[in-house]
Amino acid sequence: MSSTASTQTGQKAQSLTLVEAIQDGLYTEMSQDDTVVVLGEDVGKNGGVFRATDQLYEEFGEDRVIDTPLAEAGIIGASIGLAQTGMKPVPEMQFMGFMYPAFDQIVSHAARLRSRSQGQYSVPMVIRAPYGGGIRAPEHHSESKEAFFVHEPGLKVVSPSTPYDAKGLLAASIHDPDPVIFLEPKLIYRAFREDVPTKPYEVSLNEAAVRREGSDISVYTWGAMTRPALIAAENLSQSHGIDVEVIDLRTLSPLDIETITESFKKTGRAAIVHEAPKTGGLGAEIATTIQEEALVHQEAPIKRIAGFDAPMPLHSLEDYYLPQAVRIQDGIRETVDF
Amino acid sequence: MNMKNEAGSKDVPATVREDSDLVQVLDAEGNVLPQASVPDISDRRLLELYETIKLARHFDQRAISFQRQGRLATYAPMTGQEGSQVATSLALAEQDWLFPTYREHAAKYAHGMDLTSLFEPLRGYREGYAIPDDVNVMPEYIPIATQVPQAMGMAWGHKLQGKTDTAVLCHLGDGATSEGDFHEGLNFAGVFDVPAVFVCNNNQWAISVPRERQTASETIAEKAQAYGIDGVRVDGLDPLAVYKVASEALEKARNPGPGELRPTLIESVQYRFGAHTTADDPSVYRDESEEEVWRDRDPVDRIETYLYNEGILDSDLESEIQDRIEQEVSEAIETAEQTETSPDNIVEHVYEDVPARLEEQRDELNRLREKYDDGAFSEVLE
Repeated sequence: MSSTASTQTGQKAQSLTLVEAIQDGLYTEMSQDDTVVVLGEDVGKNGGVFRATDQLYEEFGEDRVIDTPLAEAGIIGASIGLAQTGMKPVPEMQFMGFMYPAFDQIVSHAARLRSRSQGQYSVPMVIRAPYGGGIRAPEHHSESKEAFFVHEPGLKVVSPSTPYDAKGLLAASIHDPDPVIFLEPKLIYRAFREDVPTKPYEVSLNEAAVRREGSDISVYTWGAMTRPALIAAENLSQSHGIDVEVIDLRTLSPLDIETITESFKKTGRAAIVHEAPKTGGLGAEIATTIQEEALVHQEAPIKRIAGFDAPMPLHSLEDYYLPQAVRIQDGIRETVDF
Repeated sequence: MNMKNEAGSKDVPATVREDSDLVQVLDAEGNVLPQASVPDISDRRLLELYETIKLARHFDQRAISFQRQGRLATYAPMTGQEGSQVATSLALAEQDWLFPTYREHAAKYAHGMDLTSLFEPLRGYREGYAIPDDVNVMPEYIPIATQVPQAMGMAWGHKLQGKTDTAVLCHLGDGATSEGDFHEGLNFAGVFDVPAVFVCNNNQWAISVPRERQTASETIAEKAQAYGIDGVRVDGLDPLAVYKVASEALEKARNPGPGELRPTLIESVQYRFGAHTTADDPSVYRDESEEEVWRDRDPVDRIETYLYNEGILDSDLESEIQDRIEQEVSEAIETAEQTETSPDNIVEHVYEDVPARLEEQRDELNRLREKYDDGAFSEVLE
């Protein structure tokens, strides 16, 4: 498994995958705060179908790592009730594609209990859901529908792209007083390792990360698409001398509009990369925000490189559906050459 | 054909069943039934039960009238259901929690909400949704059955933290039993054996669709068996029977005896005398004769007769109570009509802190209000 090492600052760190960092984040938060409970299908003895809750059951017991009946609305509804008693539930939706039965509980209640009660009641909970394609999964297991939740006032939506961020964003989400939809890009659950501090820390829910600085075009992305975007940027830098800035949004709601806008003011060009269907996706929101905030800096049409307006195909075609480096490179070149 | 629906005489609608499993204390007139077990309630508490039911009836009539006058928006009447609402709330201990639907105005009032706050949302002011710190009431639930898993979750949370002196009482309608959330909530309640009482106010109609179209099971209470929890049917127009059944279920939730289950599903058999809401016309979908049969069992008349029989109520006290009720409801609507608000309320309480973008949206609105005056915002767009 992971090995312990020291970071540059001398703090202890482990080399973890993204899913191990989430497990470590849950362990860290549950150790510090007795009110944090994990519940869902297969999260207990089985440790989660992706092992995200591995060992937690053994460590914290069946009253804090709770295997529930198979019922998404029941899990979220029960979590809303648990939150009213001072507990901090972290329910797991096994796959985002199975989240829809709980949609009513999330948007009609979790998102609105604070406003409906004029601030008397809140729902501090973190709904974890593995999302996205690329793992050769069956139908309904590859959904990327973050826009549904970004559209709902009262929710925050987070998606990490690195192990370090996964642990820090999860901590910030658990500490947040509002309900957070925590979307885990399962394509990169085990794609690479990174040093993750063993101590508790937070990554702010208000800040996008500049993953690569550049001056010719800003590429906005999140989750699993951050890696192909960075590969495309490197390829173009070497092959065509195009200097690409890559922004990883990290928090999808609320958006870090300042970082988005500042980058565009510098480059004057933008491409948005997401695996969700193009129409009504978050790319449209980002493009319009840029238009509202920084139109006079614009040098070229804003490009969206996205999934198709079609159900995610089975795996024989999913490489064509997901924005891969080749599509991202082509889109960037088209924008820069405009 | 469903044979069950063919049973009974032609004069008695299918929704009225005279059956042995129905808990009753009072007969249709309000006399104590032979062999009935009258709950142990003080005279003072009985008068409180009576006055609150009478207030609920008056509140309902006035609210419908105010709606017709354009002083309130769409309102969900409760006439016929007040006895069950008030009796279940008075059975609650102060620390117990109440999950109401959009029709439990009286249940909310009886568990501590003030009347003005009930009128304010109907006047368009969200301020009325504010719930005082010391009142254990959740906001009304409008999407059907969604409160069921949440009430279960709260009861579960109390149990996990060893706080079983607190029970949770959750209202739902007969239509709610058709929803998936009903199943998920009750299934969880059974699996985790939580201190919760679910009261199905079976008023026979889910807007225009009758109870027999919601479920082919003979009773709603019997559904409890499938979840491994207790099920009880009670005459919902008999406030003493409802009080008895609810008190026992709440006590069991808090402190079950050996081998007893904590959760209970109570089917409170009643009737919605009026419309589903003021936007609905029941004459389109149901026969008035059906209503007459239920009218003969009116909870207000029954509790009144009982109190007269017991010598607890007389005509002087009755008119004193009536005067007090009328004054209280008048004052509440007058106060609600004086409520003021600001568009700033739109952005408040969405998150703990107002996000920057939402602040900008509010500032933009305020800039336009300054520029054009508030009157301009009510002009019809053409």
